[in-house]
Amino acid sequence: MPMVNIAGKDYEVDEEGYLIDLSQWNEDIAKYMAVEEKVDLTEGHWEVVNFLREYYAEYQIAPAVRVLTKAIGKKLGPDKGNNKYLYELFPYGPAKQACKIAGLPKPTGCI
Amino acid sequence: MSDMDEMDDGSGIVKKFMFLNRKAPHGTVYALEGLEVVLITAAFDQDVSMVFTDDGVYQLLKGIDTKGIEVKDFSKTYRALDGYDIEKLYVDQASMDARGLTEDDLIVDVTVLSVDEMANLMAEQDVVISF
Repeated sequence: MPMVNIAGKDYEVDEEGYLIDLSQWNEDIAKYMAVEEKVDLTEGHWEVVNFLREYYAEYQIAPAVRVLTKAIGKKLGPDKGNNKYLYELFPYGPAKQACKIAGLPKPTGCI
Repeated sequence: MSDMDEMDDGSGIVKKFMFLNRKAPHGTVYALEGLEVVLITAAFDQDVSMVFTDDGVYQLLKGIDTKGIEVKDFSKTYRALDGYDIEKLYVDQASMDARGLTEDDLIVDVTVLSVDEMANLMAEQDVVISF
């Protein structure tokens, strides 16, 4: 498994750069992953990242993008629970990119 | 929600898929692999039902603690099924009775079916996949 050094500490990641041990996650890791994904983290991004971490804590999976969109809509309102908003934040796929930044595994069913 | 999925825009054929879970949650990979297949299938807007029978009913048990066997506890994931529009969960009455379980012992809402009802449900399916 590859290792990455973030703020002086080594972390194990998979071949696509996803964090292996999600209990190690911290904001430094999120910022590092965001740079890797060429995402400039704003409050809107953090909202989605934190939402994903809560979702994972509750269900032990990273949601498929369709499920994420619906759940975000329920929690944060329809102006955020839609593909346009989420793809503006994470152009290469909200589930894929936001999960990586949140330290979660790649969503099941994400091809 | 489920109405939309089942009657969609007519863009694809919707088949009735049943995923039959027969094995205890840990010790083999069947339960976790079966659950992942169901989550993936959900993306294809099919009519999905899940059945838990024999030791498979243990997959839905509340309060599972896997720390001692050092594997992931995926039992909470069954609660996410609703968000994936998979709402048809059935358990076999005889399997529950044989293990001293009732619906209150389970982590999600289910429909309990008798052997005859289960047989009818299976007969209605286009595809039955057993794990």
